[in-house]
Amino acid sequence: MHELAIAEGVVDTVTQRLPGARITSVHLEIGALSGVVADSIRFCFDLATEGTGLEGATLEITEPPTRCRCRSCGTEFRPDSPIVLCPCGSADAAVLAGEELKILSVRVA
Amino acid sequence: MCATCGCADGAQIRHQHDDGTWHERGAHQHDGAGPGHGHPHDHGQTVTLEEKVLARNDMLARQNRDWLRGRDILALNLMSSPGAGKTTLLERTARDLAGELAIGVIEGDQETALDADRMRAAGCRVVQVNTGTGCHLDALMVREALTALDPPEGSVVVIENVGNLVCPALFDLGEAHRVVLASVTEGADKPVKYPHMFRTADLVLVSKTDLLPYLDFDLARCTADLGTISPAATVVPVSARAGDGIGRWYDWLRQRVPPASLDG
Repeated sequence: MHELAIAEGVVDTVTQRLPGARITSVHLEIGALSGVVADSIRFCFDLATEGTGLEGATLEITEPPTRCRCRSCGTEFRPDSPIVLCPCGSADAAVLAGEELKILSVRVA
Repeated sequence: MCATCGCADGAQIRHQHDDGTWHERGAHQHDGAGPGHGHPHDHGQTVTLEEKVLARNDMLARQNRDWLRGRDILALNLMSSPGAGKTTLLERTARDLAGELAIGVIEGDQETALDADRMRAAGCRVVQVNTGTGCHLDALMVREALTALDPPEGSVVVIENVGNLVCPALFDLGEAHRVVLASVTEGADKPVKYPHMFRTADLVLVSKTDLLPYLDFDLARCTADLGTISPAATVVPVSARAGDGIGRWYDWLRQRVPPASLDG
C-alpha cells in the first residue's frame, strides 16, 4: 500500500517547509489518475502523522474531476474511469486534469 | 511583526480571517496602521504550499536520470505482478546478449537475495535492494543502488521493481523507459484492471506465450485493450523459455542503447 508512503511524504514536505509548526489541518488535492486512493490516505494519515507536528491534524481532500482533450477530434471530455477514451473512440488524448497529487495548503495553529 | 504568525516576514504565508478574507503575510501592520485591520484576528492561519507530494522523489529521479545520461547508460524500470517472469526474461537476455551488451541489474524484492543470485549466475553485475514491508522502489533507493552497482559507461541498467501492478507506477526512478510485463497466466484483463501501471508503459511484453495452447488467454483482446490504455506503448508477445518474440525485445533494446555501447 503506497498510500502510507504518500502520507509520510506529506508529513516530510510539510515538516521541511514549516519546521516546528503545529499543523491543525492539511488540504490535499488528489486526482483520479494520480494512482492514489483518497480513502486509503485518510486511513493511514493518523498513523503517518503520529509524533510529528501534524499529529491530530484534520485532513481535507479535494478530488478534481478528470478532464482530457482528444488529439483526434479536439473534444474535451471527462472520462468516468481511469481509462482515457474519447467518446469518438480515440485513446490518443492529453490529460488536462486528474493527475494532481499535491499539498494545497495547511493550517498552522 | 505579528508575534503569533510572524506575518511581516516571508511572502509565502497567507492568512485567513474569521470573516473568510485572506491576505499574504506582511500585507498589513499589526499596530492597526496598515490596511485591512478592521477585524479581530484568528491566529490560526492557512499556509499555501502548492507542492507536489512526490516532489522530493521526482527531484531525486531527475538527478538519477542526469547521472545515467551523463554516462550514456540506458536505464529501464521493469515492472509486473509477482511471478510474471521478469527475472527469467532478464536471465535469458543477459546470456543471449553477453559480449554485446553489459547489463547491470538492481533487484527489488521485499526479502531475500534469490533474484540477485540468479542474475549473478547469468553473468550480471547485481545489487539487491530489500524493501522490507515496502511495496515499491523509490528514487532514493535507486540512487544508493546505483552507487553500489557502479555501472560502467555505455552499459544497460535494468531496475527490476518489486512485483506489484499498483504502487511502482507512481514512483519515477530516473529510468529512460518503463517496461511492463503481463504474463498470459494472469489473464488478458490485467491492463484494464490496472490501468495506472500500463498507462505509463513504453513497452509491454506479454510473457510466457509458450503456455498459450493451455490457456484461454485472448491475445487479440489484450492487445486491443493495451491500444486503448497505453496507445504509445509497443506491445511484444514473448516467451523467455521457448524464445518466441525474444528477438523483437532484443531489437527494441538495441535501438535504445546509446550507439557507442554496442560492441557486437
